Amino acid sequence: MSSLSRDEVAKLAGLARIEMTEEELVNLSSQFGMILDAVARVQEVDLTGVKATSHPQPLENVARPDVVLPSLSPQDALSGAPAQEESRFRVPQILGEAE
Amino acid sequence: MIRKTAAQMADALAKGETTSVELTQAHLDRITAVDGQVKAFLHVDAEGALAQAKSVDTRRKSGEKLSPLAGIPLALKDVLAQKGVPTTAGSKILEGWCPPYDSTVVSKLKDAGVVIMGKTNMDEFAMGSSTENSGYGPTFNPWDLTRTPGGSSGGSAAAVSSFEAPLAIGSDTGGSIRQPAALTGIVGVRPTYGAVSRFGLIAYSSSLDQAGPFGRTVLDTALLHEVMAGHDPKDATSINAPVPAVVAAAKSGDVKGMKIGVIKQLQGEGYQKGVQARFDESLKELASLGAEIVEVDCPSFEYALAAYYLIAPSECSSNLARFDAMRYGLRTGDVNGASAEAVMSATRDAGFGREVKRRIILGTYALSSGYYDAYYGSAQKIRTLIIQDYAKAFTKADVLVSPTAPTTAYKIGEKVDDPMAMYLGDVATIPVNLAGICGMSLPAGLAEEDNLPVGFQIMAPAMQDHRLYQAGAALEAALLSKWGAPILDKAPALGGSK
Repeated sequence: MSSLSRDEVAKLAGLARIEMTEEELVNLSSQFGMILDAVARVQEVDLTGVKATSHPQPLENVARPDVVLPSLSPQDALSGAPAQEESRFRVPQILGEAE
Repeated sequence: MIRKTAAQMADALAKGETTSVELTQAHLDRITAVDGQVKAFLHVDAEGALAQAKSVDTRRKSGEKLSPLAGIPLALKDVLAQKGVPTTAGSKILEGWCPPYDSTVVSKLKDAGVVIMGKTNMDEFAMGSSTENSGYGPTFNPWDLTRTPGGSSGGSAAAVSSFEAPLAIGSDTGGSIRQPAALTGIVGVRPTYGAVSRFGLIAYSSSLDQAGPFGRTVLDTALLHEVMAGHDPKDATSINAPVPAVVAAAKSGDVKGMKIGVIKQLQGEGYQKGVQARFDESLKELASLGAEIVEVDCPSFEYALAAYYLIAPSECSSNLARFDAMRYGLRTGDVNGASAEAVMSATRDAGFGREVKRRIILGTYALSSGYYDAYYGSAQKIRTLIIQDYAKAFTKADVLVSPTAPTTAYKIGEKVDDPMAMYLGDVATIPVNLAGICGMSLPAGLAEEDNLPVGFQIMAPAMQDHRLYQAGAALEAALLSKWGAPILDKAPALGGSK
């Protein structure tokens, strides 16, 4: 039986940038054993020599001609922004505490 | 009028017997009358729809040659961006967001004069099989309002089966078109991967996602398929080849000499009695029409569900990183000099629902160093084996068939606390997505134990989508002559009216 501890779930939540309540962490931890057991079935098969498929189509490096096409105006691009300033996205501080 | 097929409506429009404004208004009235019970729509754009309808009527009057579906109303899954219309993917993190652009599917619909009436409910970011994971509450199955319509495209399927719309668009990552079609007694097609542009389709699992059509008949579904498919330079995975002749195939419906392969692994144990019975009867119908029935062996399908629930969460954990509270969508916790990271984490906690969080965490785990090869790596190799199983099976058969879902529609709340039980409902639909091929579900009758619809699934190789319609139309015609009336005539009346 696989399991994932509350602390392991907390670490993953941190990596995924999702704040979680204690209740959510405990709930997820208790469900994960069952889910991991089910998905771990992929390891039951002998896969030596089998190539991995990341994508169902044999396409590679699809490019279009390098010409300028119409795109969103700055106004349109900013239309869904939670906050904006001087035609730019305004974001919370990204470099430590304010000086 | 609303109970006619889309093809009949198109005919009536062409003959001048009705107008698109009348037709659209009749459907908007139906939505007003029954959607309080069904809850198929998240947003109804009555004004926009009537304006579109009016413009089509004007163009028709002036003698312009119009596309076959011009003036026909449609319901759009809320996973596709439509300029200026709220688009949420069923998530609170996108509440109120209005895209500044149209998805390619929406552009194609608009070009064809199809009237988009509104956006339909779905499991959040298409993660789910019952539409219960929507951030805006569940959709109810028109056959029995205590049951789910399936999912994730449950809103679109319920809209078509309750006559709120003759046509709808869904998306199918692991069965999200075919399974709700089965559970609501309508037709749904997941086209070949790359046949329909994913530009503007909010991504869940990019190597599996594909938008496709819903209709009440095989021909209606083909007409919509033809409008939405085709190469798009804005999607690098879009196939640069002509759209298969799906409408012609739906009109021919000839299976004489066609080899139909029954997948050994997708029947029998685990399938509800009435589901298996309707499947077996449908096979007999096809055989009596001159098809040759063979059995095919796909041993790797046993591991498809496990592979899917590693690949899809892995891709989703990466795709959903874009919901970072910076450029669009929800932002919470941006107070007192909180860091960008803290705002991001607080927003993702507030904006994502339980199942989305579960899948992001599972994907993050499967992709983390030390586990990558054992989980994601192995799943990708299983994917290769499934593709090989299909390739072998298609040397023996032109199309493959199975029941679409192991059971009929289940009760709201029945599986919501048991994610594994919910995931098992996708067992027959997932292999198509992993292999990137195409699949259809069409009604095979009602299960005697609960009087609920059963779906019959047809699968064909990549870019052979016309074979689905050819076999589907044949079975549909045979069953219709046996039943004497469309299956939806047996559905209970909603709101006291039929």
